[in-house]
Amino acid sequence: MATAQSEPASRVLEDFIRALRASEVRVSPAEAIDAHRALAEVGFSDRALLKDALAVTLAKDAEEVRRLDLCFDTFFARRALGGSETAAPKGADLEEMIAADDRAALAQAMETAAGRAGAAGIQLSTQRGLLARRTLDEMGLRGLETRIAKLAESDAAADRALAERLSEARTALFAQAAEFVDRQARLYAGETGRWLRDRILATQAFTAVADEDLRAMEALTRRMAKRLAQRYARRRHRARVGKLDVRHTLRRSLAHDGVPFDLAWKRQKIEQPQIVVVCDVSRSVAAAAQFLLLFLYSLKEVVKRLDAFAFSDRLVGVNDLLDDEKVDDAITLILERIGFRPTDYGRALEDLFDQHGARLDRRTTVIILGDGRSNHAEPRLDLMRRLSEQTRSVIWLNPEPTTYWGQGDSKMDAYARFCRVAKTCNTLEGLERIVEDVLRTYLPR
Amino acid sequence: MPKAQPDLPLDHAPATHLDSVESITAGLAEVGYIASRRIATALYMAAHLQKPILVEGVAGVGKTELALSTARLLGLPLIRLQCYEGLDESRALYEWKYGKQLLYTQILRDHLGPALGDAPDLASAMERLEGAGDLFFSERFLEPRPLLQALRTEGGAVLLIDEIDKSDEAFEAFLLEMLSAFQVSIPEIGVIKAITPPMVFLTSNNARDLGDALKRRCLHLHIPLPDQKLEERIVAARVPGLDGRLRIGLVTFVQNLRRLDLRKLPSISETVDWARALVLLQARALDPALVRETLNVLLKFEQDVVAVEGKLGELLRSDGDRPV
Repeated sequence: MATAQSEPASRVLEDFIRALRASEVRVSPAEAIDAHRALAEVGFSDRALLKDALAVTLAKDAEEVRRLDLCFDTFFARRALGGSETAAPKGADLEEMIAADDRAALAQAMETAAGRAGAAGIQLSTQRGLLARRTLDEMGLRGLETRIAKLAESDAAADRALAERLSEARTALFAQAAEFVDRQARLYAGETGRWLRDRILATQAFTAVADEDLRAMEALTRRMAKRLAQRYARRRHRARVGKLDVRHTLRRSLAHDGVPFDLAWKRQKIEQPQIVVVCDVSRSVAAAAQFLLLFLYSLKEVVKRLDAFAFSDRLVGVNDLLDDEKVDDAITLILERIGFRPTDYGRALEDLFDQHGARLDRRTTVIILGDGRSNHAEPRLDLMRRLSEQTRSVIWLNPEPTTYWGQGDSKMDAYARFCRVAKTCNTLEGLERIVEDVLRTYLPR
Repeated sequence: MPKAQPDLPLDHAPATHLDSVESITAGLAEVGYIASRRIATALYMAAHLQKPILVEGVAGVGKTELALSTARLLGLPLIRLQCYEGLDESRALYEWKYGKQLLYTQILRDHLGPALGDAPDLASAMERLEGAGDLFFSERFLEPRPLLQALRTEGGAVLLIDEIDKSDEAFEAFLLEMLSAFQVSIPEIGVIKAITPPMVFLTSNNARDLGDALKRRCLHLHIPLPDQKLEERIVAARVPGLDGRLRIGLVTFVQNLRRLDLRKLPSISETVDWARALVLLQARALDPALVRETLNVLLKFEQDVVAVEGKLGELLRSDGDRPV
């Protein structure tokens, strides 16, 4: 049992679990307890066995197993198992260790000093400099520095040579400490940093996302769409549970002399959401279009009956592309084929009715993603009116803020009158919320 | 708060098989299952921590087989629950034998009059009826389904909950009590506790993401596609009639196949099937014509077959350093 374990051993495990959490393996307290029990079963002696045992208790999918393997190797790369920290030569003279070139002692001293400096508590990568310096202070760097200064002023050549050597060693020590803290940061700082970054990205305007954040943004988009999928699937199932159908049961019981052997259950029919998404990929919304498409792609996996269109001057169905291609290819292909040309909303609406008119009915929700800037072409408000009359609802998401609507070539204010919802939406969070609202309206209360 | 686990020693298994990871590996090999170290460790931890194992991996990688082999190894009965969408507790846990209950009430109706006739007043008749009413919700009318069977098997059992990802989330939640405490609550009867906690395997193909609550109650085992060595050993154990050199060539070919971008990569069961097919055809070597004819054993999609046929020469040449 966990209590029977030696104190340092369980502390090593706690540190390891913290490192795991930082590398995105979710470990709950209950799992931590399991890990302690597993450790008590297998012990520290066989490293491969320990790794397997921890993988089995702590990781919850293939990806987490991979991360745990990596993390295990990094974490136990240098650490003496069983926790020999107490044996560290506290207060040993730094100069002596350098003079004797005792690397092992130096490394051990650094680990102890880092522990005292709280290097394992690192949360943000910007703390690295400070923590490295603190670690060195704990090792007695100040003493060494005064000694170097004193020796350098000395007249004796031997002293000055020694000062030279010590100062070289000091530089090396700096590098070592920086590397050590770096490794701690890799192990522990991921958690908070990543959480902050995701928060910022989710609420940042599409247009303002920097290139280096694109990858992270994509991952986030996918995660959000997936979360949506799960929530949505759960509701659908809950609505499916039936009640006894008394009328039917009685009729069936007639065959058995009124004894209701055969029970009939009421089934609730659930309207499948039918969603038509029209996505503007023209030049004016180029920055947002990528994310809109990415979200569309992820959404396609959630909603079975989703028809996706993209347009700039003409409207094109992109269902097959989203189905067949990998996400990156699909987006590139769509943008290549029709992207970045001047917009024509009127023409796009015409095309929509031509290609898809028959399927726009009372069950359909139309989501339009675009800025409503039509380059002064005929906006075809009549078609927009028809669209809003024919379908369940029209939702318009515009990456521009409301104050810009109707300015310049924007016809947004005119279009907005025909929409049930017309909103500014230029962040991932906004997008998620709105799509969730759409899905929810289809589910029985 | 995590619930306290019953800290009982596992008294049902011939304990020697579960003593160490090595003895598990050896024992499984005896019953024809070649387990990697991680699989054996998972089994060891499951037995000693008394937790269910959630086995994940692509189709045909040996998830179900692991449970079958474990049952064989421990000499315990295997109780299997196949999950599907719409599976509910009446099919998984228990059901009242509704028809039997009705039939009995109909038949017993005639006895009701005499039995209640001598009751002095309505209240005492009611009293008597109530005692009889409980009879109809007793174990006599309980139809045990796999989960209840597993709990009530004396000496323990191996319970296989197959393809849990195909079931609804509601069912998953329903399983939680069963998996963490090895007990179920039946409103009319009360709590039924396991006589001997069964060894539980859950398998998943990742058709959907399982809930965290379920995952947390299980040990997690992901079975990857095997490497060359392991697969050779598996084929050797499963298809002993296959010539050694041909076996190496065959496994190499399959391993190369897995590097291609196919819709469905062949997994272990396909390799084994193919090996069997080759034995049946009394093949001596992997020549292109033979491979082309039997490719449909390995690949399950027409596009994949076409894609591989084009590259066949290349694939067979790439293991040219090992003459087959």
